[in-house]
Amino acid sequence: MEAFLHQVLSGLATGGIYASLALALVMIYQSTNHINFAQGEMAMFSTYLAWALINAGMPYWWAFLLTVALSFVAGVVIERVIIRPVEDAPVLSVVTVFVALLVIFNSVAGWIFTYTIKTFPSPFPEQPLFGNRFISSHELGSIGITLVVLLALYLFFRFTPLGLAMRAAAQNPLSSRLAGIRVGWMLALGWGLAAGVGAIAGMLVAPVVYLEPNMMAGVLLYAFAAALVGGIDNPFGAVLGGFLVGILENIIGAYVIGTELKLTVALVLIIGVLLFKPAGMFGKVFVTRV
Amino acid sequence: MNSVATSIEGAPLPNAHPTAPAWKVIGLVVLVAGAVALPFLVSSYRVFQFNMVLVYAIVLLGLNILTGYNGQISLGHGAFYAIGAYAAAILMDQFGWPYWATLPVAGLLCFVFGFLFGLPALRLRGHYLALATFALAVAMPQILKYKHIEQWTGGVQGIVILKPDVPFGLGITPDQWLYLFTLAVLLLMFAAGWNLLRGRIGRALVAIRDHPVAAEAMGVHAALYKSLTFGVSALFTGVAGALGAIVVQFVAPDSFAAGLSINFMIGIVIGGVGSISGAFYGALFIQFVPNFADQISKAAPWAIYGIFLLAFVYLMPTGVAGFVRLAWMRMRGAGGKAASGRIGEVPGEERTS
Repeated sequence: MEAFLHQVLSGLATGGIYASLALALVMIYQSTNHINFAQGEMAMFSTYLAWALINAGMPYWWAFLLTVALSFVAGVVIERVIIRPVEDAPVLSVVTVFVALLVIFNSVAGWIFTYTIKTFPSPFPEQPLFGNRFISSHELGSIGITLVVLLALYLFFRFTPLGLAMRAAAQNPLSSRLAGIRVGWMLALGWGLAAGVGAIAGMLVAPVVYLEPNMMAGVLLYAFAAALVGGIDNPFGAVLGGFLVGILENIIGAYVIGTELKLTVALVLIIGVLLFKPAGMFGKVFVTRV
Repeated sequence: MNSVATSIEGAPLPNAHPTAPAWKVIGLVVLVAGAVALPFLVSSYRVFQFNMVLVYAIVLLGLNILTGYNGQISLGHGAFYAIGAYAAAILMDQFGWPYWATLPVAGLLCFVFGFLFGLPALRLRGHYLALATFALAVAMPQILKYKHIEQWTGGVQGIVILKPDVPFGLGITPDQWLYLFTLAVLLLMFAAGWNLLRGRIGRALVAIRDHPVAAEAMGVHAALYKSLTFGVSALFTGVAGALGAIVVQFVAPDSFAAGLSINFMIGIVIGGVGSISGAFYGALFIQFVPNFADQISKAAPWAIYGIFLLAFVYLMPTGVAGFVRLAWMRMRGAGGKAASGRIGEVPGEERTS
C-alpha cells in the first residue's frame, strides 16, 4: 500500500510536468488549430539556457525567471518570423515547419552544448519536506510550481483586459479584429506564453531525466496524450489530463508491463483517445459542415 | 489551385491515356542503362551508398502515395521500415530463408500492419494523424527492445545477417550484385506505383485528398481507399526496409528511431510532394547531404535539414521535382505555367462547431 501511494504521488509530480507542457500545446492549439511538434524541443532549449545561466554563476531563481522571460520573447519571435507565413497554409506545410523547428532546436542544442548528459540542479532540498516518506521535495515542489503557474495563467486570462483580448482572438478572430484587437499579435503572445510555460516544464523535468538534447521526446509524447485525454481545446482538461496520465504511467509501469514500454503506453493512450473519444473528457465536439 | 482536377504541382492529373511520348521512353531507357552501369564505374563504398539511395527511393514513393497523392500525413513510416527490416532479418537469421524470399513476406506483413493502422487513422485528419504516426515512430525502438520478443529480435544487440552470394557464377562483387538486385526490385515497385497512380485509383486518391466530400459524392469509397492506401504505402516501405536490412547486413532498435521517420518526411518534401520522380531527388538528398554536413559537426546534418525544410516550404513548395518540371517547361518554351500552390493544398475545407 505504501509503495502504491508512493507511485501515485510521484506520478502526480511527473503529471504536473506533463500538465504544463500540455497546457502549452493547448494554448497554441486553441488559437491556431496547430499542434506544435516542436514544443518539447523548445522547452529543452530553454532548459539548456537556464543551465548555462546557472553555470555562469547566476542564482537559481534569477536564472529561472530570466529563462522564462527569454523563452517568452523567443516564442513571440518564432511566431512572428517563422509561423506567420504559413498561418493559413495547408496542414502539411505547417507540420513540415514544426518538424523543421524540432530538428533545428535539437541539433543546435547538440551543437552548442554537446550530447553529453548533464545534471540539472533542483531548487528544492535533498531531504523530503516535513519528514514524510512518500514524496521527495523536488516532486512536491514541481507540483507546487505547476499549480502556481496554472493559477497565474487562470487569473491572467480571466481578469486582465489582455487575457480577455487573447481569448477573444482565439475564439473569433474576425469579430475580434473588427473590435480593434490585433489578432496577429495575440497569437504571437500566445506562442510566447506557451514557450514560457514549456520552459518551466523543461526546468522541472530536467533534474529527473537529466539534461540532454533528446530528453523531451518521451515527455512531449505524454504531454500529447495528456492534452488529448483532457480535450485538446480545454486548458483545464489538459491539466487534469496531465495529472491523470502521470499517475497512469507510473501505475502501469510499476504493476502491469514494466518501464521498458512506457512510450508504447503513451502511443496506445493517444490512439485510444483519438479513436473512442476524440474530443477527450472536456473538449468540444466538432462537426464538419459539408 | 482552383479546381479539383489539378494536382499539387499544378500539373495536370495523370490522364486516361498515358502513353508516354517517345522522348520520355528514350530518356527512361538511358536513365536505367546509366543506373545499371553505375556500380561498375564507382568504388564499392559508393556502390553501397547508391544502393541505399535506391532503397530510400522505394520508401519515398510509398510515402508519397500516402501523403502526396492521398493527403494523409505520416511521420511514422520509419516504423514500417523497421518492421520490414526485422521481418527480413528474422527470416534469414532464425529460419534460414534466402534473402530474396523475405521481400514478399516483409511487404505483406507491412501491408497488414499498415492497413490495420490505417483503420483508426480514418478518423484522424491533418495534425491528429501526424501526431498519432509520430507517436508510433517515437515508440518503435522501445517495442523492438521489448524483452519478451528478444529471442527473435535480439534485443538491444539486434541481428547481424550475412551478405548474399552472387548467383549464377557471375563475375561481379556481392555489392554490385546486391545493387542490381535492388535496382530490379525498384523498377518493379515503380512500375507498380506508376500503374496504380495513373488510372482510376490514382484519380480517386487525389480526389479524396483535394475534396473528400466531393469524392464521396462521386461514388469513391473513401474509407476503403484511405486504409488500402495506408496498407500499400506500408508495403512499399516494408519491402524497402527488408532491402535496407540486407544491404546494411544489420538491424538494431536504435537505427529505427524517430529520426528515420523524420528523414523520410524530409525526403518527400525536398523531392517533391505528389510526384513520382521526386522520390529519387529526395533519396539522393537524405543519403548524401548528411555525408557532406557530417564533416562540419555531428549535429550539423539535422540543422541543415531543418533549414532546407524551411526554405523549401517557403520558397520551393513543389520540391526539386517541381523545380525541374518548371525549368524543363521554360526551356521548351511552354510558357510560364508556374508551379503554384503550397504543398498539400486542400481547398474548400470548412470546419465549424
